[in-house]
Amino acid sequence: MKCKGVIREISDYIDGELEFSVKQELERHLEHCGDCKMVVDQTRLTVDVFCDSKPVELPGDVKSRLHDALRRKLHEKSS
Amino acid sequence: MLCATFINSKARMRPLTGLPKPLSAPNPHRLASTVARDDEHLLVAAAKRGDTHAFEELVNRYEAKIFRLTMNITRNREDAEDAMQDAFLKSYAHLKDFQEDSRFYTWLVRIAANEALMRLRKRRPNQFSIDEPVEGDEDLMPRELADWGPSPEQRFAQTEMHEILAKVIDSLEPDFRIVFVLRDVEELSTEETAKALGISVPAVKSRLLRARLKLRQKLNRYFRQGDTN
Repeated sequence: MKCKGVIREISDYIDGELEFSVKQELERHLEHCGDCKMVVDQTRLTVDVFCDSKPVELPGDVKSRLHDALRRKLHEKSS
Repeated sequence: MLCATFINSKARMRPLTGLPKPLSAPNPHRLASTVARDDEHLLVAAAKRGDTHAFEELVNRYEAKIFRLTMNITRNREDAEDAMQDAFLKSYAHLKDFQEDSRFYTWLVRIAANEALMRLRKRRPNQFSIDEPVEGDEDLMPRELADWGPSPEQRFAQTEMHEILAKVIDSLEPDFRIVFVLRDVEELSTEETAKALGISVPAVKSRLLRARLKLRQKLNRYFRQGDTN
């Protein structure tokens, strides 16, 4: 596998979705290609930094407007 | 892995402490999002029978995630709020049409993504089309390479990091951003993302690859070692 092939497969590799033989070929390339290894590691980190384990909260004003609109709709449908 | 909100300055991130992940080891298979709880189908069935409390429970459960999604697609708070409201109102109006061949959350994401896309298109006409054919791979090779050091994200304060991520995701072209948001932030599977956007699985994979590489390139500016951005 050449550098271009590694870059093409990088997403599936990060997600663990590569076929075993392709994964092995890619990892053999990474053993001797520092540039590709750097790109693989940095791409994985890029995905990671956008991630969080905390739940998100809806801003209070946005929440009240949503629920007001819903109540109107639910009332309209049931009347 | 649950994912970050980068919708505003109050956005939170994975704590920037702890050992760095081992490099170059692939993650385990990404599974479909775990956001849907086991009782989702019971709530949907009750809501279909006219139980408004059941529908309200579904709204309470998903409102924050749907707002984050619409915000991340539109990058405009007013549009994001309108898109979210309309998504919930439409999902209620069409609940009887929901066939339950997918999870309610996925169906809702699809409606919300479409609402957000409509508003984005209105605001930025002719800028993009999610239906565009998959591009070739000639432009994929990274142009800039620089060492980021062992844990570059720890060099920034949390608020500074949020600003960087917001700036970086904002600068990504919408058709790449949407796929990245659905796959890597909302944690939909490739198939769910394809279904939500009405595009093929190869198109999702191609755009996700490009989105990730482009984001890496953009982060390179901030993360490269020795810089004081």
